[in-house]
Amino acid sequence: MKLSVNGKDREVDVEPDMPLLWVLRDELGLTGTKYGCGVAQCGACTVHMDGLAVRSCQLAVGDVTGDITTIEGLGTPDSLHAVQDAWVEHQVAQCGYCQSGQIMSAAQLLDFNDSPTDADIDAAMGGNLCRCGTYPRIRAAIKSAAQKIQEA
Amino acid sequence: MTMKVSRRGFLASASAAVLVLGVRPDGALAAGETDAMLNPFVKVASDGQVTGIVKHFEKGQGPATGLSTLIAEELGVSIEQITYEFAPSNPEIYANTFFGGFQGTGGSTAMANSFMQYRQAGAAARELLIKAAADAWGVDASGLKIVEGIVTGGGKTAPIGDFVAAASTMEAPADPPLTPPSEWRLIGNPDVRRLDSPIKTNGKAMFAMDLHLPNQMVAVISRAPSRGGLVAGFDDSACSEVKGFIRAATLPNKAGVAVYAEDTWAAFQARDLLSVDWDMSAAETRSSDEIKSEIMAALDEAPTYNVSKTDHAATKSAVDGAETVVEQTFYFPLLAHAPMEPLNCTIEANADGGVTLHDGCQAPTGPHMALSQIFELPMEKVRINTMLAGGSFGRRATPDADYQVEAALAFVITDRKRPVKLVWSREDDMRSGYYRPAVGHRVRVGLTGGKIVGWDHHVAGQSIMKGTAFEAMAVRDGIDHSSVEGTADGPYQIPGMFVGLTDTPKATSTLWWRSVGHTHTAYVMEVMMDQAAKAASADPVEFRLAYLSGEGDDQKRKANVLRLVAEKANWGNAPEGRYQGVAVHKSFGTYVAEIAEISGNPDDGIVIENVTCVVDCGIPVNPDVIKAQMEGGIGYGIGHVMRDQITLAGGEVEQYNFPDYEPLRISDIRGIDVHIVKSEAAPSGVGEPGTPPSAPALANAIAAASGVMVASLPMEEEGVYFA
Repeated sequence: MKLSVNGKDREVDVEPDMPLLWVLRDELGLTGTKYGCGVAQCGACTVHMDGLAVRSCQLAVGDVTGDITTIEGLGTPDSLHAVQDAWVEHQVAQCGYCQSGQIMSAAQLLDFNDSPTDADIDAAMGGNLCRCGTYPRIRAAIKSAAQKIQEA
Repeated sequence: MTMKVSRRGFLASASAAVLVLGVRPDGALAAGETDAMLNPFVKVASDGQVTGIVKHFEKGQGPATGLSTLIAEELGVSIEQITYEFAPSNPEIYANTFFGGFQGTGGSTAMANSFMQYRQAGAAARELLIKAAADAWGVDASGLKIVEGIVTGGGKTAPIGDFVAAASTMEAPADPPLTPPSEWRLIGNPDVRRLDSPIKTNGKAMFAMDLHLPNQMVAVISRAPSRGGLVAGFDDSACSEVKGFIRAATLPNKAGVAVYAEDTWAAFQARDLLSVDWDMSAAETRSSDEIKSEIMAALDEAPTYNVSKTDHAATKSAVDGAETVVEQTFYFPLLAHAPMEPLNCTIEANADGGVTLHDGCQAPTGPHMALSQIFELPMEKVRINTMLAGGSFGRRATPDADYQVEAALAFVITDRKRPVKLVWSREDDMRSGYYRPAVGHRVRVGLTGGKIVGWDHHVAGQSIMKGTAFEAMAVRDGIDHSSVEGTADGPYQIPGMFVGLTDTPKATSTLWWRSVGHTHTAYVMEVMMDQAAKAASADPVEFRLAYLSGEGDDQKRKANVLRLVAEKANWGNAPEGRYQGVAVHKSFGTYVAEIAEISGNPDDGIVIENVTCVVDCGIPVNPDVIKAQMEGGIGYGIGHVMRDQITLAGGEVEQYNFPDYEPLRISDIRGIDVHIVKSEAAPSGVGEPGTPPSAPALANAIAAASGVMVASLPMEEEGVYFA
């Protein structure tokens, strides 16, 4: 089975019903995408397919229809994505386990809306759990990234 | 275990251009052999790279940065010039100095027990490097200093790496001078960033769940539906349909069937197709309603233990004779920890016949001893590689090392040629877990002339420590202090106070959960203080301050955070339609006051507009990490009282995953402001103390808004809804 992940063509030998999450983690070694609940309730497994955020624990690899971007492919080695920069600036991560998914959701939000309100942020980020309670900093980091994107 | 560890003794040992500084078990100082350098606190390489060896695990609470900061401060390097590694399991060197020879993280002690130790290690390294430079340059050491990793003085400069080889042959100073607080660059500096932020932002952070050893098998366990069930037999014929299924086998203790597969998904799929016969004859059958009834019945009887060591009859008579009596009964349900990274660990065989455990390991000494017994190996043949942990909240440290033992049992019955990675699903984590115990409180407060004249307090609930390996250490005169901490031992000077305790039977394993006993005692103390203030027609802040008017430091610090939070939150002047609630509590040596401000009402939905927090944790080593821990602790405390509980039906846990155990989400709290008290007191904990006051502050705000005082949790179960 062929996949495009972070701009590279990858070939995997798996059953088509294997969720993309496990293909990324166990087959391709891209462990930045996390397993948190397996039922699309926590958002830790969020990746982009053709630029749209999807829960990779619910997407069978056989149903992948577009290019996949994971946290490892969001920025470039020389330049982090604006959201990642803002995450470091605001010192968002505590344990860090959920943050790949948070960042992927936030990046998509800002792709569509470069001046999100609190309500926009609640709506876009409501599916991403953080048990450490980094939410106030996630909110601040999204606003800060939005500012940077507007200025760019 | 009795291991004598000197906090003062440092050992410098020779090797190829690495200076290492660590504690030697006997505390003696000597130039060491290369072998002796396996367990340092600080390593300095000849290229100048400084590495801090962090003895506490990192679950987000910040010790990797905090302990490295202490070393960097004393050594004279910038925070960018230091990196960290997690210490191996070796309690002779890396014991938590508060835990008596036990290596582990908990009780918000990481900074408190490391503050002198890691500064001394950094200072000793600095002294040795300066002495080596002074010798090389033929100048007096007193004129030299290290600034940003450069030895400077006597008209010369050179990077510290140049002196590593010479310094590593020297004897370490017994009592190196520590940098005075007036010269601190990093301790207390709000701009010091977490060392682990970049890797936790670009996907490179390696949690135990991310480990993939060559040729590993993934094991998942099919466990009994309720506590105490045993495997009677199984049929795995359907499992072979799953590509990647290897085999299934009963664990030696019959607690479950291990399903081995080539990858995680295959293991989960095969387990779904496994059919297990359970012997449930000795299994738990009670429901949560029965557990609650047991607790309520216990509260109707006289308490078993006199915790406060005061005269119960005198308290009762003082309350009975008071002008006004405020009485309330509280109930707290079982709660799951549910860290974002489900429990997991990996065990592999080593070439020397030993094994290595790869784990986000909170308390290495426990699993170390357990694995040594299971594998019949001497302690030195069992290694623990501590990896980043995706949260814990107490779950990764159990008295019986539950998940590490499960992994060891799943490994020991294989041919041990392939590493075994034990993975728990979210459902396993939610259902097979250890929970914050179910607890009830009944309090009668008597007031005369607006003042408390008697406080009769009975706690009845499930002990955490009893029946565990920690019972002998933690239970005194029958009293498990973790059941009652934060009541009679708190700073309030309450006249006529009696606290009694009754243990009730466990139906699950019980475990410390972020802030342990304070999760319920702070709620009861602070809600009752508000109720008493209301009965006395007094302002809740002023009312509390009357019981914190003593000269002791303990009372002054608690009173101070309370006064400050009232000022910062503009107490008593909430905007139209908003209501405030206050709570203040000391836990783990740290004083925290919080004011929750809400709008709405319990029927249509409460909105938590803001929480203001003031914390006094002694010297604030990393102010930004302290703020983050308060923010997180507040969210953790509030999230669970809103709508979470673990319930049992016929002994089985009824919750499976996040849809039916719904944690705090981003929209639940609109804002949190944290203020840190300037202090020169020794640093105390920050991981837990933000949690205890958060829920009672919310409860008191809801009572102020609506008159509804929620005494049984979770709040939504009592008809209080959140918008």
